[in-house]
Amino acid sequence: MIDFLTLIQVLDGTLRLATPLLLVCLAGLFSERAGIFDIGLEGKLLAAAFVSAAFAAITGSVWLGLLAGVLASILLSLLHGLASITLRGDQIISGVAINFLAAGLTVVIAQDLFGQGGRTPPLKSGGRFEPLNFPWSISSKEMSDAGPLMQLYSELLSGHSLLVYLALLTVPLSWFVLYKTRFGLRLRAVGENPAAVDTAGISVVGLRYGAVVIGGILCGIAGAYIATSLQANFTKDMSAGRGFIALAALIFAKWRPWYALGACLLFGFFFAVDNRFQNILMPAWALSSFLIFISLVLLSYVWKKDYLDKVVLGGLALGIAIISLMVISSVWTSGISSQVKIPVVFIQSLPYVLTVVVLAGFVGRAIPPKAGGQPYVKER
Amino acid sequence: MDIMPKWVDIVVVPLFSLFLAAFLAALLILAIGESPVAALNLMIEGTLLRSAGWGYMLYYTTNFIFTGLAVSVAFHAALFNIGGEGQAMIGGLGVALVCLFIPWPHWTLAIMGASIGAALFGMIWAGLPAYLQAKRGSHIVITTIMFNFIAAGVLIFFVVDVLKPTGSMDPASANFPPSTHLPTFQDIASLMGFEKAFRSAPANVSFFIALFACVAIWYLIWRSPLGYEIRALGKSGAAARYAGVRPVKIIMIAMMISGALCGMMAINTTQGESERLILNFTEGAGFIGIAVALMGRSHPAGVFLAALLFGFLYQGGAELALWTKIPREMIVVIQALVILFTGALSLMVRAPLERFFMSIKRADV
Repeated sequence: MIDFLTLIQVLDGTLRLATPLLLVCLAGLFSERAGIFDIGLEGKLLAAAFVSAAFAAITGSVWLGLLAGVLASILLSLLHGLASITLRGDQIISGVAINFLAAGLTVVIAQDLFGQGGRTPPLKSGGRFEPLNFPWSISSKEMSDAGPLMQLYSELLSGHSLLVYLALLTVPLSWFVLYKTRFGLRLRAVGENPAAVDTAGISVVGLRYGAVVIGGILCGIAGAYIATSLQANFTKDMSAGRGFIALAALIFAKWRPWYALGACLLFGFFFAVDNRFQNILMPAWALSSFLIFISLVLLSYVWKKDYLDKVVLGGLALGIAIISLMVISSVWTSGISSQVKIPVVFIQSLPYVLTVVVLAGFVGRAIPPKAGGQPYVKER
Repeated sequence: MDIMPKWVDIVVVPLFSLFLAAFLAALLILAIGESPVAALNLMIEGTLLRSAGWGYMLYYTTNFIFTGLAVSVAFHAALFNIGGEGQAMIGGLGVALVCLFIPWPHWTLAIMGASIGAALFGMIWAGLPAYLQAKRGSHIVITTIMFNFIAAGVLIFFVVDVLKPTGSMDPASANFPPSTHLPTFQDIASLMGFEKAFRSAPANVSFFIALFACVAIWYLIWRSPLGYEIRALGKSGAAARYAGVRPVKIIMIAMMISGALCGMMAINTTQGESERLILNFTEGAGFIGIAVALMGRSHPAGVFLAALLFGFLYQGGAELALWTKIPREMIVVIQALVILFTGALSLMVRAPLERFFMSIKRADV
């Protein structure tokens, strides 16, 4: 069994890794709640990471870095706004373009400025967000001798960068803005029924630009966090799909701020587990019975459904059953209770699988904002 | 009535978008301190003036034809298949299983088997999101993105934990048996007596399969009842449903064709080039398919030309990275600009052209 300190360390990692997800997820939340799909979160995150790392490296000030990163992210948001709000283009395509633009430009500019193969130089102190140590907290050297409460306080609660606490604060803030202010009500309305908002004499275009810019600011902070706090420089493609995971978390959270916190912590936990442990071991009987259980649930679901359901979900059930048989046969000689290794890639894929399950609506159906993805055309 | 003549829509708008993208890219190259003209010369020299350059360009083109066709078939049904990357990865897995575990006597049979394997695997991988869209109403863009990441996990699992030969440190499967080797352009040229042509270039016979796919997709979309139903559903779901088109069936079929095409990209990369299953063999071709389909206006002829252009850009970009300070990622920037101008900002590109033709028309009257 793992001890208490290991658990605390994993949770500490969870908080660190969930922070960028949370900020980007809330960025997506504002944008999508206003009816603008944002596939370009990843690109904004990456652009902000680069610009903040580059500015912090040149000026030596992390705050200037943060500011520049946020500005870069807002700029891309405005481009998305121009394409999808003003010019009523396809929001998905615009997002895809922004992702590529960020992926290409960051490396081209980094190579030109620093000549280190698309990286920025490592940041010295002052160029990074330092961990905030709470009063009476102990250093990691003394950690193993301390009591559990002290470990909890010093490892999990204390010692994160300012942006981690800021990210946690944005959750109640977003909730307040969306549900308790006039702006929030209008923003949510514009994502459900823009025509009604327009009829009430409120600018749909203005609201949507507002939402997109808020998203830009949040993505910018997230980008600055990964480049100046989580890491100490920018590296090529360092956002590593976080923008898409945040999108998954957003769906998992059904477009709600508090749920978003839960989803991001859960996904952050998967990554922390994945970072900490090389392989997850599980008794063979437990794994195979779990798989057979899923397969049976699927079969019972399709029993009275039509042909297509039977082929697709039945095929899926069959596939899962075959995997469980393979698990059993692999431990045939050493006994059913022996341990099997679950490859880490499955832990890494778990956020995506869970999101697909939620999207499919078999468990807790996620219903997106009604007007999402459609440009608003004023009636004449 | 259309404001612009049809040829403007088909030829001038994409070229104008390309020109805008190229102009911005040239500015960026200037800002880096290189000469855009010299860069273009270098790209042409390294690509079009050497047979090996052609060999690399057509290798990339083959990939982009497959993924571009895949995205455009889905576009016709008003579906956005952003999951080409994942479908190609799983297609590669299909190719590897077929090539490794079936003893093929000759490459002609092997390529047929591998095509079926690749298409089948890609089809299944696109079929699940299609099913979720058709029956459960889950947004296909999101599900295909998720399936890209899941596919990457599946590929890593198979390469590292299943297919990697014991004792090997390299994350790759065993080499395919020699009987599955596809003739490259170099092999074909030396058969015809030109030993020096296409030296060590990866282009191979799957290029001709890609050309055949262009014709087949053209026939399917514009000449077959199924293609008519796909286009009808894409143009207006309500009208198509009223005319008796079954949306569930058409969404499934369109996406599965799309997935099969993406999967077939792997016969070029996996059977043709690497001759073993490696990680990252897709190199983003699934996403480039989006740019190719947009640029080619979802028509197979347009897709072919756009795929040639992107093949040129990729090979030329590699040359630039080799000889100048311009990194390969410059091509990604150009690709982004093409997607932006042909897709998201198309209204901005078209507006001045429309105004221009309006004024001509008025002058005529």
